[in-house]
Amino acid sequence: MAGNSATVASDAHQGTDAPVTLSVRGLQKIYSSDTGDVEAVRDLTFDLRQGELVCLVGPSGCGKTTLLRCIAGLLDPTSGTVELDGTKVTAPPKKMAVVFQEYGRSLFAWMTVRQNVELPLKNAGMGKAERKAAVEKALHAVGLDHAAGSYPWQLSGGMQQRVAIARAVAYEPEVLLMDEPFAAVDAQTRADLEDLIRTVWKELGVTILFVTHDIDESVYLGERVLVLSNSPTIVQEDLTIDLPAERDQLTTRSMPRFTELRAHVYEQIQKAKRGTGATA
Amino acid sequence: MTPTSSAPPSTGTAPPPSRSRRRGTAVPSGLLGAAGIAGFLVTWELVVRSGLVEPQYLPAASTVLAELASIATTAAFWEAVGWTLRTWAIGLAVSGAAAIVLGLVIGSSRFLRRATHSTVEFLRPIPSVALIPLAVLLYGTSMQATLLLVVYAAFWQVLIQVLYGVGDVDPVADDTARSYGLGWTARVRYLVWPSALPYVMTGVRLGAAVALILTITGELVIGGGGVGTQIALAKSGGAVPEMYALVVTTGLIGVAINLLVRAVEGRALRWHVSVRREAVA
Amino acid sequence: MTFVKKAAYAVGLPLALIALWWALSHNTTNFYVPTPDELLTAFVDTWIGERFRIDVLPSLARFAVGTGLAIVLGIAAGVWIGSVRTVRSLLEPMLEFFRAIPPPVLVPILILIIGANDRMKVMVIVVGAVWPVLLNTIEGVRSVDSVLLDTARTYGLRGATRLRTVILPSAAPQIAAGVRQSLAIGLILMVISEMFASSSGLGFTIVLFQRSFAIPEMWSGIVLLGLIGVAVSVLFQLCERRILHWYYGQKEVQHGR
Repeated sequence: MAGNSATVASDAHQGTDAPVTLSVRGLQKIYSSDTGDVEAVRDLTFDLRQGELVCLVGPSGCGKTTLLRCIAGLLDPTSGTVELDGTKVTAPPKKMAVVFQEYGRSLFAWMTVRQNVELPLKNAGMGKAERKAAVEKALHAVGLDHAAGSYPWQLSGGMQQRVAIARAVAYEPEVLLMDEPFAAVDAQTRADLEDLIRTVWKELGVTILFVTHDIDESVYLGERVLVLSNSPTIVQEDLTIDLPAERDQLTTRSMPRFTELRAHVYEQIQKAKRGTGATA
Repeated sequence: MTPTSSAPPSTGTAPPPSRSRRRGTAVPSGLLGAAGIAGFLVTWELVVRSGLVEPQYLPAASTVLAELASIATTAAFWEAVGWTLRTWAIGLAVSGAAAIVLGLVIGSSRFLRRATHSTVEFLRPIPSVALIPLAVLLYGTSMQATLLLVVYAAFWQVLIQVLYGVGDVDPVADDTARSYGLGWTARVRYLVWPSALPYVMTGVRLGAAVALILTITGELVIGGGGVGTQIALAKSGGAVPEMYALVVTTGLIGVAINLLVRAVEGRALRWHVSVRREAVA
Repeated sequence: MTFVKKAAYAVGLPLALIALWWALSHNTTNFYVPTPDELLTAFVDTWIGERFRIDVLPSLARFAVGTGLAIVLGIAAGVWIGSVRTVRSLLEPMLEFFRAIPPPVLVPILILIIGANDRMKVMVIVVGAVWPVLLNTIEGVRSVDSVLLDTARTYGLRGATRLRTVILPSAAPQIAAGVRQSLAIGLILMVISEMFASSSGLGFTIVLFQRSFAIPEMWSGIVLLGLIGVAVSVLFQLCERRILHWYYGQKEVQHGR
């Protein structure tokens, strides 16, 4: 029932000795609707170690968003647990931040970029000087120093998503959840943002769970890729990405290993689509 | 065969929208609504019966409802209701038609829109009740006097919305229509009117509400007929329960009109998928 | 558009209409319609001076107090009702009924309960003008974007902070639309309440003119009411544009205008 850790290449990437930050056990979600109960997610079990960048990929409608919302504490699972640093998640935990796909609806239109990034810090009780420094650092990290006084709707889509990322970064969470954050952004911007995430990740040492439908993106970004099955969803495969730690759009994507991994994930998704990937 | 770079769509089921995290069954809103009405009536009854308010100023709920049932059997009552509805309908129809026509014409021309903007913005906030003395002067205490108020007030409500609607026509669609050689009439018929229809409906809805308010107001202050006049008569005659019963009647008429307009709106805009929001300000 | 062009558009039609009015009324002696200069004279004579202090200012004061109260009440109650689903479902039918009652009919009722005094006039305005604000606030609070709410939750924004930084700004455009309608109704009720059992005030004075056939004076009163209506509208728009500058900016960007 549980996902089997399979790698295509011969040399397996050893798991680190880092402690487990996020632990998902037997997550199940059943929605009751007028037409009967729908089991969106059947059994999701996986761990995220501290500082990992793990991508979650699966066919459309496989419950990626449901899973993310359960982990984020926005949704109660029907059964199973989500634990952050050993504490059960029942409500949005303090040490977690989420970047949503719809950046336009997630940023506050009545606040400037700076105010948007500052708000969670203000709410957490951080002092003024400290906040200012944190905001400037975060905006610098995403390359938006010049846009601090602008309003989100004055910026392009890619820049707006950077603001959302800056807001999450300034918050200094332990775990960063990203729900298909680059799906609504054009391809060139997406490439820039992917690199931005990797940079931010390395600099901050934050644990990232990155949900996407883009197979190439999942392989490019992740240290591990969790392939989800079709609904009712389980973890179909836990694939370790043994690409070098230094990655860039040009060289990494033209590596033969990248192509192999990507093809493998694609096959897995096809199996998932047909419903033949899930064991039992 | 090179694999595509994004996961192909599958036949997986999307979860139905789950708005509540609570797994218990929430009380259906219809039931709560009925409970609300019942609760209000009971409170009203108790407030009066307990002596909190003098019954000569505020009769008990039961008294008022009984009175309503009683006068609803009289011909005079229905005559008044008919008068009110007639005034409302005529006023709304006249103002609506004028506003739609004028709105379409003005809205289609940038020059006209600019030229009339200051005049519209000046005339529009004038409270139509300011015209009451004029109406009385011109028409005495007849239906026309009230109609003057109704038409003036409702006209602006509809006009403003129509102007918004015409102004909101998608320029890309407009260019497309022009490039296919559609003349002005054809564009209005196939493009402008359907685009503006949600706004027109909003305007009709607002206009209908305002028309009722001014109808009753005119009847109340000017006289002449209708439920408003009956209220004034009841008041001067000291028939307090009847006065309250008539006020309840106006509320019921208002609710009925709201439902009617919403039904018309729903039917006329059945095909309109977009979110229909009132043009703000 | 240059300033000259803008000014031309603004005064063009009004001037043309006034000219037309003057031309039509100049030579005939129509009982109902005074000439522009007659009206202007009547306006200055009637309203500039003592009467302004005795009748106009108190009326405006009542309007301000009544409408102000209605707005505050409407927003406060609207936020509560809009946030709690149970309360909303309980109250919805009753609210639908009460908002459908034409506010002016409350004048006889309130005269009965409170008596024909200043308090009654203010109460009439409050009870009548509260509905657009209340209902629009409920709607605005109820329909805050779900992604926005999720974002607020994940960052731990709760209670008063969430209300202040998320819910109210998000609902602000809708509330503003309600406030605008409330102002209009408040003005109407100010006039109506004075046409009834009153011995002073704008509404009373205008009716008095009409009854004594002081036609130019009557018209001047109508014009004054119109000017007040316009002034209130302009003031409102000024405030609204400032508070909702972000909303209008956003719409401009979205519509590419």
